[in-house]
Amino acid sequence: MALDLFKEKGVQLDRQVFTWKDLVQRPYSKLDDDAFTRVRVILMNGIESEAVRFQHAAARFSRRLREPLALVRRVEHHQQTLINWLNPPDQNAIETTLGFEQVAIEVTASVALKEPDPYLAATYRFGMLEDFDHLYRYSALYDRLEGKDPNNLIQSYSDIRPGRPTVVEHRHPLDDLRRPYDMRTAAPLSKIHAMLITAAEHQTHDYYMTVGPMFTDPVARQLYAEIASIEEQHVTQYESLSDPDESLLEKWLLHEVMEVYCYHSCLAYESNPRIKAIWQRFVDYELGQLHFVMNLFKELEGRDPAEVLPASLPEPIAFKSHREFVRRVLSQEVDLRSHGTEYVDKAELPPNHRSTLVAQQLNSEGSPSEVAAAGYQWAPGTELVKRIEGAVGTAAGRIQ
Amino acid sequence: MKTTSSDVGFNRTGLQTSALEGEEAIEGARQGIPSSPGDGSGILAVRADYAAEGDRLGTVPIPGTFKGLFTTTKELLKGNKPTVFIDKLGERLAFERTGVRLYEGALAKFDLHGTWPGGPSREQLEGILRDELSHFFLLREAMEALGADPTAMTPSADLVAVTSKGVPEVLADPRTNLVQCLEALLVAELTDNDGWELLITLARGVGQDALAARFQLALDSEADHLLLVRRWFTAGVTGEAGVRPEVTAPAF
Repeated sequence: MALDLFKEKGVQLDRQVFTWKDLVQRPYSKLDDDAFTRVRVILMNGIESEAVRFQHAAARFSRRLREPLALVRRVEHHQQTLINWLNPPDQNAIETTLGFEQVAIEVTASVALKEPDPYLAATYRFGMLEDFDHLYRYSALYDRLEGKDPNNLIQSYSDIRPGRPTVVEHRHPLDDLRRPYDMRTAAPLSKIHAMLITAAEHQTHDYYMTVGPMFTDPVARQLYAEIASIEEQHVTQYESLSDPDESLLEKWLLHEVMEVYCYHSCLAYESNPRIKAIWQRFVDYELGQLHFVMNLFKELEGRDPAEVLPASLPEPIAFKSHREFVRRVLSQEVDLRSHGTEYVDKAELPPNHRSTLVAQQLNSEGSPSEVAAAGYQWAPGTELVKRIEGAVGTAAGRIQ
Repeated sequence: MKTTSSDVGFNRTGLQTSALEGEEAIEGARQGIPSSPGDGSGILAVRADYAAEGDRLGTVPIPGTFKGLFTTTKELLKGNKPTVFIDKLGERLAFERTGVRLYEGALAKFDLHGTWPGGPSREQLEGILRDELSHFFLLREAMEALGADPTAMTPSADLVAVTSKGVPEVLADPRTNLVQCLEALLVAELTDNDGWELLITLARGVGQDALAARFQLALDSEADHLLLVRRWFTAGVTGEAGVRPEVTAPAF
């Protein structure tokens, strides 16, 4: 169902209120809820985290926007709290990490499929293969450190196998920058996508930087350090897709429509009725915020929001397994490498390419992602199942 | 009880709940050749590399009083290490202090969910809570008498907290009932009993016989706690399962 952004006014900003009890609602179930409920909770925490982050940065660059930003930002912060606190306490840091990588795979895949601009779509496919590999590395770590099955979290929606190996993902910073879309000609959906994926990756970076030092095992600490570094690269990559010539207010307007779009997408797919009601409430809140910013845009920039916004929301993010698409991209594009803003086959990289040198330096004392997943092949019930089967097959015929 | 531990519902974690997707996931994993050969032993090797650098959790603080310092030094001159005793006293003290909070949590669960045939009474839970508190005071007094600082976190106190950090989480989770909490308390009581045994051996070893006798009384009450918790837990689980508790509960 198409949502008319200009007719739907949502809830007025001054009526977007919370209590502490309201902010801390009952979490979803790690055991019983669909994996995509976790995916949506993690994604929307990232979207709100980005809203707060962007609005703080914007306030440092604009005297006239300080007050309106403060008003909206407080609500965004509370929205983030309510959503992030839906993660259950029996879900540990690696388990939540597996959820983060499933977000990165399935949401980026959906975006790559819907993106109208071929260069931007190629960028999403490029990043997706790297996050796909991260899911595999963390799965190996989870299995080997805790003896638990990563598929309990993934619920068979995503493959657990290598993508573009993390060990070759480390690049020179200048090979992470991309060509931005042109704000005058780009489709509104392209602008929404760039902001959305940047938000998801940025929270992933922040999360790994927060939980990484909480592990006791040195390989776990190293793996979080290693993958956090790639997430920083991904933030650089995705944020460079946005046109830097957009004004602060135009960017804010786009942020708000991106939030409406994301909540609207969650609403379209959510299977948990209690959480679905939250998505509906926040669609209405975001519409209220969008109209608040639309008015600022008219008053302060003297421009019509219709120049920037789509009349109605595009098709929602597809919160479902993109297994076939991911496999196809994997078979066709796993050997792509970044050369400046372009993608080339690894064979075409000049010898001693700056990114090759960066990776060599970082990996010169070993590669945590290679150590964690050495010889790892996921099997139902963890890789130990294969060891049992092997033992049963021996002459002794029993486990020693 | 208002809730039981093992109701049937739509648990989605297993492979059987997504039969078609599951087959695809297994096939996908099979096709993914690992990018590096080897197995999980590489993780252990890196751990060993870091271990070789010789870091530790921390140290036992230097006794703060002259008397304590003198005692420690004398023991050191004899070639003994009295700091081990201080470390373990600090561990038990921390554990008993946490134990008080655990039983406060258990009482709250009791008030919420009630009990069951063969389960605890409120008075019994309160009794254990009081015992834990008195053990905390006993250890504080012992450490002060030895010139050690009862407010310091010793390495063993830190270690035992890391070892059992899931226990307070189970008690604090509003989704758990008293039977589930008793399973966590059983872990704590088992450790606690062994902890007191060790402490008595150490006390005798360093010539603190009077203290060892008082610790023996504490161990006696901890042994009672263990039997009680085990019995309540068994009765709770067998009750939920519909198995007659008197058949399976341990003798008491």
